[in-house]
Amino acid sequence: MKLIGLVDCDNFYASCERVFRPDLRKVPIVVLSNNDGCVIARSKEAKNMGIKMGVPWFQVKQSYLAKGGKVFSSNFALYGDLSKRIMHILGSMVKNIEIYSIDEAFLDLQHIQKTHQAHEFAIHCRKTIHQWVGIPVRIGIAPTKTLAKIASHIAKRETKTGVVCLNKRDIILNTLKNIPVNEVWGIGRQLSSHLNKAKIVSAYDLATVNMRFIRKRFSIVLERTVRELRGEQCLEIQGFSNPKKQIIVSRSFRNRIDNLEVLKPLISNFAVRAGEKLRHEGQKCSQVSVFLSTSPFNKKLKHRGIYNMNFPNPTNDTRDILTGVKTILKKNFKPGYPYAKAGVLLSRFSSESIAQISLFEETNTLKQNHALMKYIDSINQYQTQVYFTAQHHSNLSPMKLSMKSPRYTTNWYELPSVN
Amino acid sequence: MTINYIDSISADDLPATFTKFFVESVSVGFPSPANDYLESPIDLNRYLIKNNIATFLVRVSGDSMIDANIANQAILIVDRSLEPKNGSIVVASLDGEFVCKRLQLKPRLCLIAENPDYDPIYIQHSQELDIMGTVTAAINKFE
Repeated sequence: MKLIGLVDCDNFYASCERVFRPDLRKVPIVVLSNNDGCVIARSKEAKNMGIKMGVPWFQVKQSYLAKGGKVFSSNFALYGDLSKRIMHILGSMVKNIEIYSIDEAFLDLQHIQKTHQAHEFAIHCRKTIHQWVGIPVRIGIAPTKTLAKIASHIAKRETKTGVVCLNKRDIILNTLKNIPVNEVWGIGRQLSSHLNKAKIVSAYDLATVNMRFIRKRFSIVLERTVRELRGEQCLEIQGFSNPKKQIIVSRSFRNRIDNLEVLKPLISNFAVRAGEKLRHEGQKCSQVSVFLSTSPFNKKLKHRGIYNMNFPNPTNDTRDILTGVKTILKKNFKPGYPYAKAGVLLSRFSSESIAQISLFEETNTLKQNHALMKYIDSINQYQTQVYFTAQHHSNLSPMKLSMKSPRYTTNWYELPSVN
Repeated sequence: MTINYIDSISADDLPATFTKFFVESVSVGFPSPANDYLESPIDLNRYLIKNNIATFLVRVSGDSMIDANIANQAILIVDRSLEPKNGSIVVASLDGEFVCKRLQLKPRLCLIAENPDYDPIYIQHSQELDIMGTVTAAINKFE
């Protein structure tokens, strides 16, 4: 039987905050979203205090801090680095790995024939990651991705080993009886309420349902989920992540912005960052879009919109993107409207190595200077030192990150200190 | 038709990239005698770091390890994948704080400073000691 493993980091962001803070080992930790708006990660202790996922910070702040909880703004430099290390370790242990998110990866365990070997292998993985990086993970092993998800979910409760194998038919079916259908991978709230109406309440009900009924009443996607629950592999491990289809850089503003002269430099920062990401992916884009939005709570002056501009030739030159953004803003910005959020979106990608010359040579071909962009990227890699004149200088990130931990692993000036 | 066109082309009509191509590829004179001996430049990362996935850098504050050539403000290379042995220099967390000391496993578990001004720290049963990793090198910068 082919087996698939799902590695899932426990409360990843909260665990990252602990790696260089041994004093916080048993202290409740929450991590907040950009702008410190909502709680996006909680340590076990914080969960036990009743802090819910996604709750607005100001609602729980007072009582949480009074009980001795610790709070952090999100530190993606740190989380990204630790995630990369974990994925490297996993990648060196198996032939094929699908990095599903910053803290989750599917492993191809094809090389392992027997279940007890898979179990031992998973324990070894877990130990290595904990030793080398300091992050606790749990691992679910099963014949399909959907079942591996369920196995890792159960492993959450199985605190001793952190590893759960679901491989025998009767064990799988027994386990599914205790899993509500909405906890099955890919089944959202709406779909699960439809299923509940059809008397499909547990994952077991779904696994044993008449397939014709599913095909008739629901979709082929759900049929695939049912097959996966029955142990039939429908979703393969996608070794190489598909190249991105679009890049978005957006932020909410701390204060409302109703003046183009104030907004333009901030949006230029988004455009520059988007350009860096684009080049990092080795892509060029043919379309740049800007979206603008006032606060949803403001009922009087409402404006939400997304506006596109196409390039005659695919480009990854920041100067082209900046020109596009400027043109779009000039046309579509409504002065006096209190904008709360804005962003830049790049799309319609083509690979950097494929040069397409448009029939009619137009503006942006001449300017494209790959070497210059590469040079600027290398200078700015660790700290922004070269600006475009359109950018906002003093405040490169409009994000409010008041409670951010040091970038322990990516910045010379923020290394952990030892006595 | 096309053949005629190419025949009539003059050097001035060549696109810039075309000219550049010739300039770069036709080499004049002797090739460098070093060409056959090209080696990549010395890489400090490779010298100092064996397992980069498990390696972290930390900065020392204090002089408790001065006799082991670890100065105040030195940068330590800490490899979490190496199992600490008796006598290894380690970074450990003791009661929630990171320290760099020499590890003694026998006869009694103990963290030893490399400076006569500091007493060895004997680990009590009530204390929690976690070894974060083994220090494989220290970088003392002079300027």
